[in-house]
Amino acid sequence: MGSLKIENVKKAFGPVEVLKGIDLEVTDGEFVVFVGPSGCGKSTLLRVIAGLEDSTSGRVLIDGTDVSVTPPAKRGIAMVFQTYALYPHLTVRNNMGLGLKQANTPAAEIERRIGIASSMLSLEPYLERRPAELSGGQRQRVAIGRAVVREPKLFLFDEPLSNLDAALRVNTRLEIAQLHRRLKATMIYVTHDQVEAMTLADKIVVLNAGKIEQIGGPMELYNAPANEFVAGFIGSPKMNFIDGARLGETAKTIGVRPEHLTVDPKSGAWKGTVVHAEHLGADTNLYLDCEKAGLITVRIFGVYDAEPGATLYATPEPGKTYRFGADGKVLK
Amino acid sequence: MSIATRSLPRTIGAHAILLTYTVIALFPVILVVMNSFKSRAGIFGAPLTPPTPKTFDLIGYTTVIGQGDFFHYFQNSLVVTVGSLFFVLLFGAMAAFALSEYRFRGNTLMGLYLALGIMIPIRLATVAILQLMVASGLVNTLTALILVYTAQGLPLAVFILSEFMKQVSDDLKNAGRIDGLSEYTIFFRLVVPLVRPSMATVAVFTMIPIWNDLWFPLILAPSEETKTVTLGAQLFLGQFVTNWNAILAALSLAILPVLILYVIFSRQLIRGITSGAVK
Ligand SMILES: Nc1ncnc2c1ncn2[C@@H]1O[C@H](COP(=O)(O)OP(=O)(O)OP(=O)(O)O)[C@@H](O)[C@H]1O
Ligand SMILES: [Mg+2]
Repeated sequence: MGSLKIENVKKAFGPVEVLKGIDLEVTDGEFVVFVGPSGCGKSTLLRVIAGLEDSTSGRVLIDGTDVSVTPPAKRGIAMVFQTYALYPHLTVRNNMGLGLKQANTPAAEIERRIGIASSMLSLEPYLERRPAELSGGQRQRVAIGRAVVREPKLFLFDEPLSNLDAALRVNTRLEIAQLHRRLKATMIYVTHDQVEAMTLADKIVVLNAGKIEQIGGPMELYNAPANEFVAGFIGSPKMNFIDGARLGETAKTIGVRPEHLTVDPKSGAWKGTVVHAEHLGADTNLYLDCEKAGLITVRIFGVYDAEPGATLYATPEPGKTYRFGADGKVLK
Repeated sequence: MSIATRSLPRTIGAHAILLTYTVIALFPVILVVMNSFKSRAGIFGAPLTPPTPKTFDLIGYTTVIGQGDFFHYFQNSLVVTVGSLFFVLLFGAMAAFALSEYRFRGNTLMGLYLALGIMIPIRLATVAILQLMVASGLVNTLTALILVYTAQGLPLAVFILSEFMKQVSDDLKNAGRIDGLSEYTIFFRLVVPLVRPSMATVAVFTMIPIWNDLWFPLILAPSEETKTVTLGAQLFLGQFVTNWNAILAALSLAILPVLILYVIFSRQLIRGITSGAVK
């Protein structure tokens, strides 16, 4: 219960092609995260899955049935929106119950499900309030509760945390992770925050300009990115890309993550000057202007004292560099 | 508020301008109301002074209430205004929703076509409208007036409301669709309450010209049965003698209903959007 299959889905708004042929398979109970830069079509893909937007071509199958012409309410899905989208004129209880009422669920059953969802999300004290009388975090929990009571085959989240402040975001992220463990439901989650992607996902789908760049587990994407785009998108700070020719390599570009570089004041592969240092406590980010490699970022664990202007040598850890060809693909 | 806008000379200046404007705008209204309580001699002797015990006279009001069927005229005006207002708001909002919510071929053209009426005065078509009403047997009915005023009010209503509807959160409408609400429920229960202040604005703009109109009642419905207040007041406007007391009294009375409607709508205007739906 709750598998999804997308076959060659394309979507164009007038002449602009936003989705350029998406193929994807999600198995039952999986937590899949769509990531990608702003405007790459994540929300559009989610809306196509939800049935809020018709695809120009291609098929969407939920549990093996083609739902291309099924209205959103009949697809067995529930969606949580970035802006919460609660009904302003209804109490929390009625906000959660409306979808079930529309589907002619018996009142006792609606009550039971609201009871379970509200205790799961600690919403019991607020059931009789209107959305205007809740804080942002509470509103988003109500929105999640509204999805939970429908007991859908598929949960769809469109950047549900991006309107919350940092502390609340971490809490709500935990709640969503727990929710997934408890309900064992299939969830599709859109974000452009890669911490959310890495921490929540069983499987990450990296989208760029309407195409899937790579699909894989968080560690798979981190350790074995298929191309330059994925390598640069996953991991923070961003991977350093160095012109291969400057290093005397055959590959077009050499990539090395900031955390896979070590520094030494006396000797090393690339001599450079410290341009700027960011001290974060747990780690230190150094920006080095190197003679051979250009401007690179180095991430050092723990505190490291380095003044701008000081000379340092950076050395990549052996076996932790990536080689990319002219087409951006990784060279084996 | 910043310090700059609170400085004394600026405050005085702003208030002086606003007060002057208020006085100019209210002057004719006050003059009408004031003189309606005076005797004929009082009106002509000193038109600018408020009624004194000597000039105070209710003759105007007694004439209006005694003569003609003024209560009936009021009723006609009210039926026509409220009826037209209802249809303008209903159809205007529905058309605006369709234009702002659905992508269909010719959407922009349709929007332009519907807004065209703002630029072309409906009175240019008076002859054609009269022929139409004669042909359909609607002359001397309030229906004729309601139809014409609905047509007259729609373009501006569609134009203004579609701008506001575009601002209603897509997420909210989509949430409704996922919960299985029909498009009508989404429109009436989710969208309309959120654009209520703009609908009140449209209502005020639509209502006043309809209430004050003399042209169409005169042409389409001049019968005793269907006279509106503005037309009824003409009764006292003779070729040789004009009963000023009665005219002023009738006009003063005619202000009341619009004032009441205006107060109702302006409370909606300032109440503001029900917050808490999004963000
Ligand atoms: N209704 C529409 N009409 C025309 N173009 C649209 C429409 N909706 C989206 N687009 C375009 O489709 C592209 C993808 O939009 P989408 O909302 O899917 O991006 P996204 O990946 O969700 O971005 P973000 O991270 O900023 O939310 C954008 O370039 C956008 O301009
Ligand atoms: Mg989006």
